[in-house]
Amino acid sequence: MMKISLRIVTVILAAIFMLQACSSDRKTPVELGIEQQILHIGNLGETSDIDPHGNTGQPESQIQRALFEGLVSRKADTLETIPGVAESWEISEDGLTYTFYLRKNARWSNGDPVTAHDFAWTWKRAITPKLGNHYGYTFYVFKNAEAYHKGELTDFDQVGIKALDDYTLQVELAGPVPYLLELLSFKTMYPVHPPTVQKFGGAEQLSTPWTRPGNFVGNGPFVLKDWVVNQALSVRKNDYYWAKDEIKLNEIHFYATSSETTEERMFRAGQLHITYEIPSEKKESYRKQNHPAFHSFPLYATYYYALNVKKPPLDDVRVRKALAYAIDRRLITDRVLKGGQIPAYAFTPPNKTGYVPEAKMPEDVALARQLLAEAGYPDGKGFPRVSILYNTLDQHKAIAEVIQQMWKQNLGIDVELRNEDWKVWLANIKIGNFEISRSGWGGDYVDPNTFLDVHVTDGGQNKSQWSNTRYDELIRLASQTGDQEQRYAFFQEAEAILVEEVPIIPLYTYSRSRLIHPSVKGWHNNILDDYFYRGVYLSADDEEQ
Amino acid sequence: MLGYIFRRVLQAIPVILVVITATFFMVRAAPGGPFDAERQVSQDVLQSLNARYNLDAPLWKQYVDYLGNLLQGDFGPSFRFANRTVNEIIAAGFPVTLELSLYAILIALVIGLTTGIIASLRANSWQDYVPMSISMAGICLPNMVLGPLLVLCFGIWLGWLPVSGWGLTPGDKILPALTLGSTYAAYIARISRGSMLEVLSQDYIRTAKAKGLSSARIVFVHALRGALNPVISFMGPAIAGLLAGSFVVETVFQIPGLGRFYVEAAFNRDYTMILGCTIFFAVLIILCNLIADVILVWLNPRLRTQARLGD
Repeated sequence: MMKISLRIVTVILAAIFMLQACSSDRKTPVELGIEQQILHIGNLGETSDIDPHGNTGQPESQIQRALFEGLVSRKADTLETIPGVAESWEISEDGLTYTFYLRKNARWSNGDPVTAHDFAWTWKRAITPKLGNHYGYTFYVFKNAEAYHKGELTDFDQVGIKALDDYTLQVELAGPVPYLLELLSFKTMYPVHPPTVQKFGGAEQLSTPWTRPGNFVGNGPFVLKDWVVNQALSVRKNDYYWAKDEIKLNEIHFYATSSETTEERMFRAGQLHITYEIPSEKKESYRKQNHPAFHSFPLYATYYYALNVKKPPLDDVRVRKALAYAIDRRLITDRVLKGGQIPAYAFTPPNKTGYVPEAKMPEDVALARQLLAEAGYPDGKGFPRVSILYNTLDQHKAIAEVIQQMWKQNLGIDVELRNEDWKVWLANIKIGNFEISRSGWGGDYVDPNTFLDVHVTDGGQNKSQWSNTRYDELIRLASQTGDQEQRYAFFQEAEAILVEEVPIIPLYTYSRSRLIHPSVKGWHNNILDDYFYRGVYLSADDEEQ
Repeated sequence: MLGYIFRRVLQAIPVILVVITATFFMVRAAPGGPFDAERQVSQDVLQSLNARYNLDAPLWKQYVDYLGNLLQGDFGPSFRFANRTVNEIIAAGFPVTLELSLYAILIALVIGLTTGIIASLRANSWQDYVPMSISMAGICLPNMVLGPLLVLCFGIWLGWLPVSGWGLTPGDKILPALTLGSTYAAYIARISRGSMLEVLSQDYIRTAKAKGLSSARIVFVHALRGALNPVISFMGPAIAGLLAGSFVVETVFQIPGLGRFYVEAAFNRDYTMILGCTIFFAVLIILCNLIADVILVWLNPRLRTQARLGD
């Protein structure tokens, strides 16, 4: 019997040696990628669809930016507008009419020319009520588009979107929109190929097989190659793309990774060039060792607590202020999160090149106590039972626990923690069944409007159910002027009202930490965390070309 | 035997109907809908989405419509994977899960039976204690711990094997199969050791020894046949469990198998996907148990008589 055991041990050892021998000359996907210019990206989560009108998620956007191109595009580092399908444009004196001149060499991936009619057709589709486009409201900047989308107007000719000829597109706006060009580079404004969409179910249908490999036609730098749901989606270079010489990658593989932990493992095993994120508990270690692959940068997004102003005692502004002033944000970002987040004292994140909010929520424990006493709860006595609601995630829990502790210590009040599964949390938020809830908001484009219009009365995203007529008026006024200075003044005043009324407690500006393999060249991170692939290449050399 | 199988199939129909009905109403009773998102969609958009997926009809009508479609073999469209139907996703995901489970079963049988037999032949020696202790650890160590440990060891420290994917890079199927198989290997080792010990003490084994048969013939032909019974009755539910429960391994190793779709569907309130997977797995589990029972009856003359008597 000893012999049998020995034999088994020998077989196992032999198998291990064989495995090692095979693996010693095995090249990792990252190494092979460098040779073949194939970029491997962790995309955290599965893509629901790549039709530009049927989804709102970030993983989808990163892929859509490879597959489509709007009238304009943006520079990867500064997010500055650059020409896309339109090579030039004119803006009328009053700022209400934009005329775009499309480049004649812009082509769909099947070789068809990209025309102004394609854009008009796509945008008509995007606001067709039956389609159910999540981002339909982004088109409301165009004249009569809102009425058309809501079914109040059925004649599309009255909507301010017109193809004057094959290569000229003219849009009329409902009011001045200084950020229009930025909006036009947003995914919901990408064109779709009308014959392809019509072939697979028609213009008024989302989720048809036109977005499958083999069927797909797009106008971006890449074209859909393969798509295995819950595994990976790959794109290959589009030879018809007008600026194909600037596209150096042959393929990009987006992995539908299930967690940051998986991504980090894949990175370490040489299977990914770029991760979407890093597990939060590992950020500090990467930062400390100054890891060459570690990158961390702030995002245009705010983590905040929404206070339900309809529920006592939160209907009293003094209570809301007391809660807000008794929080030490620096402690949360530096001791709890440790991932490069920045304490936030106003809702809109600061943008160095544009708008920086002037209003600032104070941190003042003495004042907080005084306000609480004035509201009738000296030293927290008699404070009703309220809870902090959050969806299941370690980070949310850690933050809630720290804040619970701060309120206990600084104000003498006890709050409960309420943890709910994602969909249950969403359902409760929707019907206002909470007192205090964690929340987050990320900007779609770099302008304070994308943040501040969240809190208008009855706004779809206004979780606090707060309402202020002056605030609403300011947001409306800002949408009616083309004068940037004037707009920013309106926004500053609105921001100040938000800080004064405290329907929300801003906590920190999000940050993104990711691993980027040193072989990835020409890659830029930006505050919207939008990926741009033009000029990106892979090289084992240290120096960038 | 045919009558026995027929009777079992008939019994399964009401079970499946109950499963369908309970699941259908339970998923709809759960808070939160398929189209709820942090960035809330407007009422108009929600209405058109509900209309598209027949969610605006009264509940009873949705149920009747669903049953009607089901009779035609149509599980409906997935809410989460917008351009795919549940049928397509099952058709794509199940073969992956099946393949993974198959490798896991093979690993479990080879490792489990070998160690179980050796341990039983060398009962109460180090060749018994060491593998049995390891197998106890194997049973106790959940896949979500073992998987990452194997990844760390073979994928990251040694760099021998890929840590994720399925059929993307050579060798990426080894670690998941090993992870999934090891727990079952541990069970099989313990079960087969126990049953082997029992069989080896039987009179007919002594007779075989007395007849002068070689020990290999005694073990592999006479003893093993009897000792396999408990292993087979364990395998029926185990295979079903493997197929339906590979979720953890599929998540750890990024495998596009059905288990992962199933669990994610529950989080996403992807009603049609949850229902489709539940029905599919219910049928599968009933089938696996039936097959295991049929094999048992076929192997065991006593049960065979009982089954015949029941006809």
